[in-house]
Amino acid sequence: MARDIVGVDGQAVALGWRGLALLLSLTFGDVSAASTPESCRAVDAEAGTCATPGSAFARVEFSGSLGVEARYFPRSPGHPGQGSQPSSLTAKSSLYLESPAGWSFTLSPFFRFDSEDPRRTHADVHEAYALFVGFVGEAQWELRVGLDRVFWGVVESNNLVDIVNQVDLVEHPDEKSKLGQFMGHLTYAAPWGVVELLGMPYHRQRTFPGRSGRLRFPWLVDADLATYESSAEERHVDVAARYSHTIGALDFGISAFDGTSREPFLIPAFRAGGDIALAPHYGHIRQLGVDSQLTLGAWLLKLEAIHRTGMLNRLGRQEPYSSFVLGGEYSFYSVFGSALDITVLTEWCYDERGTQSTTKFENDIFLGARLAFNDVQGTELLVSTLQGADHDSRVFSVELNRRLADRWSLRIEAIALRELDATDILYETRRDSFLEVGIVYSF
Amino acid sequence: MTLNRRILYGLAAIVPIAIALDTPASELAEAEQKGLDIALEARAKKVGFENFTASQVMVLRNKQGRESRRALRVKVMEVEADGDRSLFVFDEPRDVQGTAFLIHGHTDKADDQWLYLPALKRVKRISSANRSGSFMGSEFAYEDMSPPEVERFTYRYLREEPCGELTCTVVERFPVDDKSGYSRQVVWQDTAELRLWKVEYYDRKNAHLKTLTIDGYERYLDRYWQASNMNMVNHLTGKSTVLTWADYQFQTDLAAMEFTQTGLRRVR
Repeated sequence: MARDIVGVDGQAVALGWRGLALLLSLTFGDVSAASTPESCRAVDAEAGTCATPGSAFARVEFSGSLGVEARYFPRSPGHPGQGSQPSSLTAKSSLYLESPAGWSFTLSPFFRFDSEDPRRTHADVHEAYALFVGFVGEAQWELRVGLDRVFWGVVESNNLVDIVNQVDLVEHPDEKSKLGQFMGHLTYAAPWGVVELLGMPYHRQRTFPGRSGRLRFPWLVDADLATYESSAEERHVDVAARYSHTIGALDFGISAFDGTSREPFLIPAFRAGGDIALAPHYGHIRQLGVDSQLTLGAWLLKLEAIHRTGMLNRLGRQEPYSSFVLGGEYSFYSVFGSALDITVLTEWCYDERGTQSTTKFENDIFLGARLAFNDVQGTELLVSTLQGADHDSRVFSVELNRRLADRWSLRIEAIALRELDATDILYETRRDSFLEVGIVYSF
Repeated sequence: MTLNRRILYGLAAIVPIAIALDTPASELAEAEQKGLDIALEARAKKVGFENFTASQVMVLRNKQGRESRRALRVKVMEVEADGDRSLFVFDEPRDVQGTAFLIHGHTDKADDQWLYLPALKRVKRISSANRSGSFMGSEFAYEDMSPPEVERFTYRYLREEPCGELTCTVVERFPVDDKSGYSRQVVWQDTAELRLWKVEYYDRKNAHLKTLTIDGYERYLDRYWQASNMNMVNHLTGKSTVLTWADYQFQTDLAAMEFTQTGLRRVR
């Protein structure tokens, strides 16, 4: 039960808190000194930032949000035990402490309670890192130690090169929500480009929906049955590196990863009780990636490509493969003399493995339009579709964001899964089109 | 769309020429030179500030008087022989708290712009073609938020007239960039310190779109005059935005590396 509350990877979270206490004491000496924002509140509580003369910190900042969400699945469940109307409460916060010496510590916990799926009820520490910055001549170095999230990539549909953090799949099927990752992250930024080196000593398992959750396979994924290719299991030290630079209109990055895959291969297995579950297997992979964007006026041209070895394909055989996302966007500003901006997005997602691909982006066209109304409420609408190039499978998505008042905002999302082919990886979720309405209070 | 813009732009270019027909060519050239001289002189007065940080509060007011607040922090770094670099960090509204916006201004080409989205920890290079779009739903356009580089306009001196207790020069300036939302701006600057007191903005149809009035000047480092209040009124919609500057600090220990993508990721 306890594991359900803290999510699949309870141990990692617990480690995170212990590590955090250690880091705090290392960074600032007496941790109890952290409770000094009294004088701060008087300074500028409204802006959420302040200097606290006389305290242990040059700056203390606290922010976050609370949310209520309701999802509605119009079609009856495809698998036994699944519900149709889950609702959720979410809480997110971020505490930032800056020492007078210039180092800082950031702590960002996250929690979700889900009314139907105990596996979706989970907590995570997105960030708990100490940050040190310094100079070497014209260059600057930066070291982050702790739990953090790192984003690499440029495209909108599927960020192939974004490999550092594990996907928090119970959060959203789009695989864009990520878990915090333990790391030492050294960045060296020089006039000739930016070099990043990462060491990641602890692997986080992907989260998967439970029995009452939608958007899952007929069998549940059992994290207790997880196997690793590495004999060190989750304690294998993964390494990654990236070089990135901007030359005029071109931004590009070259990245490499060597370590335990974030994406598991799921193997049907018998559980102790005799029922069947899916055992995740995390192989050892190597990945080379490039990402680049050319910004030419209202045009953005984008490419992400990877070559990966060590990954099992859908048949369970090792198959080295390449995959890319190629596309771009064009923006029409102030259309018809109004404040409305319309951005048209097109991306082609291709995976060399074709039907043996383990992702939903085997050969698909992503089309979308982003409407920014540029009003006081910051209204934005994103309409998109992912259409299989080889068959009729289609995923429609509509997302609306709008501020209701200074601290309240509304989010509406609808995802429709249409004519999914029996060979499509999403086939088992074909009855899981949904509508979600959420209200968020930010502080 | 582009065609329409071109025609409008063409028209906008013809208007001053039509006015100019009454005046001899030498007089026109003289007015252009004098306008440019004033802009160059105003720039010379700003040179050497190195960098400054400040905080901004924007109050957006619609026709019915309903208000909405934006709070942000600004860092600006001077770049020799090119446009300034600016960094905006949003504190309010709270749902976009931590979002940051980096501009590398250029005098000879389009600016480079990056946006930092804290929810995804993602830095996005964005198009700078959207010059005329609204900044945060306010009456300030993106092009109003970055310092107006001298090279971005051509000029025409109009006249001198009293403004309050001071005397102001009135200069027309015409954006060079066809992505600008304006056909021209009329600018009031005092003759003593070349501070900006008023700007009238004319849209591509040459309609009087907005008026900016500026006051609350204070001097920093005994040299640099900075305003504390800017009031932008949109005459077509009746909406307005009051932008209040505070906490100016000049020549801080800001490093150039703060104004990079790596720095953007670190912004708090």
